[in-house]
Amino acid sequence: MEKAAAVLENDDLKLRLGLPGTDEPEQQSSSSQVKNNKRSCAEMEIGSCQTGQEQESGAPATKAQVVGWPPVRSYRKNVLQQKRPESETGSGMFVKVSMDGAPYLRKIDLKFYKNYFDLLKALENMFKCTIGVYSEREGYNGSEYAPTYEDKDGDWMLVGDVPWEMFITSCKRLRIMKGSEARGLGCL
Amino acid sequence: MCLFQSIMNYFPEEVLEHVFDFLTSHRDRNAVSLVCKSWYSVERCSREKVFIGNCYAVNPERLIARFPRVRSLTLKGKPHFADFNLVPHDWGGYVYPWIEAMAKNGINLEELRLKRMVVSDESLELLAKSFPNFKSLVLVSCEGFTTDGLAAIASNCRYLRELDLQENEVDDRKGQWLSCFPDSCTSLVSLNFTCLKGEVNVAALERLVARCRNLKSLRLNHAVPLDVLQKILAQAPQLTDLGTGSFISDPDSETCAKLKNIMKKSKSIRTLSGFLDVNPRCLPAVYPVCTNLTSLNLSYAPGIYSTELTKLICHCEKLERLWILDTIGDKGLGVVASTCKELQELRVFPSDFYGVGNAAVTEEGLVAISAGCPKLNSILYFCQQMTNAALITVAKNCPNFIRFRLCTLDATVPDAVTNLPLDEGFGAIVQSCKGLKRLSISGLLTDQVFLYIGMYAEQLEMLSIAFAGDSDKGMLYVLNGCKKLKKLEIRDCPFGNAALLADVGKYETMRSLWMSSCEVTFGACKTLAEKMPRLNVEVFNEGEQIDGSPDGRHRVEKMYLYRTLVGPRSDAPDFVWTL
Repeated sequence: MEKAAAVLENDDLKLRLGLPGTDEPEQQSSSSQVKNNKRSCAEMEIGSCQTGQEQESGAPATKAQVVGWPPVRSYRKNVLQQKRPESETGSGMFVKVSMDGAPYLRKIDLKFYKNYFDLLKALENMFKCTIGVYSEREGYNGSEYAPTYEDKDGDWMLVGDVPWEMFITSCKRLRIMKGSEARGLGCL
Repeated sequence: MCLFQSIMNYFPEEVLEHVFDFLTSHRDRNAVSLVCKSWYSVERCSREKVFIGNCYAVNPERLIARFPRVRSLTLKGKPHFADFNLVPHDWGGYVYPWIEAMAKNGINLEELRLKRMVVSDESLELLAKSFPNFKSLVLVSCEGFTTDGLAAIASNCRYLRELDLQENEVDDRKGQWLSCFPDSCTSLVSLNFTCLKGEVNVAALERLVARCRNLKSLRLNHAVPLDVLQKILAQAPQLTDLGTGSFISDPDSETCAKLKNIMKKSKSIRTLSGFLDVNPRCLPAVYPVCTNLTSLNLSYAPGIYSTELTKLICHCEKLERLWILDTIGDKGLGVVASTCKELQELRVFPSDFYGVGNAAVTEEGLVAISAGCPKLNSILYFCQQMTNAALITVAKNCPNFIRFRLCTLDATVPDAVTNLPLDEGFGAIVQSCKGLKRLSISGLLTDQVFLYIGMYAEQLEMLSIAFAGDSDKGMLYVLNGCKKLKKLEIRDCPFGNAALLADVGKYETMRSLWMSSCEVTFGACKTLAEKMPRLNVEVFNEGEQIDGSPDGRHRVEKMYLYRTLVGPRSDAPDFVWTL
């Protein structure tokens, strides 16, 4: 358990600017860490479990997970665990990324990134543009481009508003909008 | 009354028996058997369907002695909280002794329905070989068997009508169990193997469906692809209940087009489920069937996003029962509320178990449903947050709830607007819903909510409590007030010995009491067990090295007590102490 946690910490420190799929070994070790967490949780009768993965990714500090809460049958948990909503390709969390003015779209694996910083840096690199820094009040005002995404409900949202974990599970596709068009989005 | 009695005594027993034939509910038959000795005798010899809510309350010998003509047996094993990993593995609930005893005594068993029991392949083999008229096997949340056991059933039960496997943990040996149905088997009416993880022989499946002309209910597992589904449906236009297997295809393909055509012809389908693997763009194929649907279960379909969900539901105006994931969102529930005016039962399950803040559904969705669906009487609702105001509105809109289960993802979250406990909200529910039989509460709750429950929930039979209350008073309100209480399950509440021991006689009027992570001590449990010989008081000691007699003041981590006619069970594992 300690060894797996140490691997995760190291991953945190590395900036991932490469294309998705280049760091296979790390991805595999983190998914096996998830498995380790689950196994030990089943054995523990009392206490927290499954906090490791989510907290490391910078999501809001989750409360200690309690055995048997929320009260969902293990059968249901097991079935749904294996079928987390993913894109149609069925592996990884690949979403299309379009940029206004670019001749063709790209695809990235959201699971590959740990937080918004990594994602935005990667997008800037991929499309050779400046996205700038997010602020709650101004959005990405002042920068050339603003990153937006289509969520589960079909609405177009500004990237950065919601916690990272919530974002990756609800993001269906990304669109990097020209700053001029995005003016409305930043000032809600 | 005396005149009546003497008139009734003139009737030969056959007449009494004929009259009792009209009584189907086991509660009615139980009541009838209490009237007098002759009624007891006639009733017991004629009863064919027996329901045993706790397999350890009686034993196989007593069952057979009292009901020699039993043909259909329903047994429930582990306590409800076993569903949530609170009951240790190996606790018990074995069906084998029951099957063995019935086989030995020449019982003409035709139906066996089990819930939360341990079923071995051995038991299935014995079952298959001992009862020539066996027709129906329904296993819900059971474990302990493999597909080899299913093969035995398929091979040997010549008149099998129903094989219904719901949410069981089955070891899939990847054998050919489905191929074991002989060519002579044409009697199947219901086949559900959704919970099996492995491949099935699809050719054998297609042939089986083709020859079982009475097949009404068919629920496939995810290994059955879409093109096979289409072929099967073409052979079985009489189906009323369909569970799809894998629902993935290119939506522009011929398969999908054929499927849509077949769906148009499947006019009898009233119940739809499945979609574990789904390409949402193939969903329009099922729209033709939606207009007649009364029951829809999409709670295992996380691949369908909110917009596609609502598009589908828009077609389902006759829906009476809906099970979905919270991915539908409050907006989606609004669509349900405006479309499904016949809705009686709604279950909204969580899609994200770690509560990382995926704002799924809130009190808004619940209020919308209560306002739009006047026939609503049963709800299970997992939500991000709740308010008293919302619950009060819901109580006003829907006074007909029989089952009301609310589960906040954060177990002790207060009213999202006022930050107060949710006592008043649940109080409104129990006050308004005079027929309420089952209640689960959650969120920040004080003793006050239990005062309300004790005062108003007169018909309440089952109550589930977690992380609630301030003192023993809470539990006492419930025990004193709810006269019809049958099952009480409590976890992580500050209820202790005073509450447990206040009215020991009460527990003989109930089926069972579960208390875990509360303030009850070993000594109190022992006292209770000594006072009440017709209760089994089980205390679980896992991972605790206790030599000899533990300290009476030692807090008990898990206690499960239940009334029984047959004393402590002989199959309890080491960590279970029956006091």
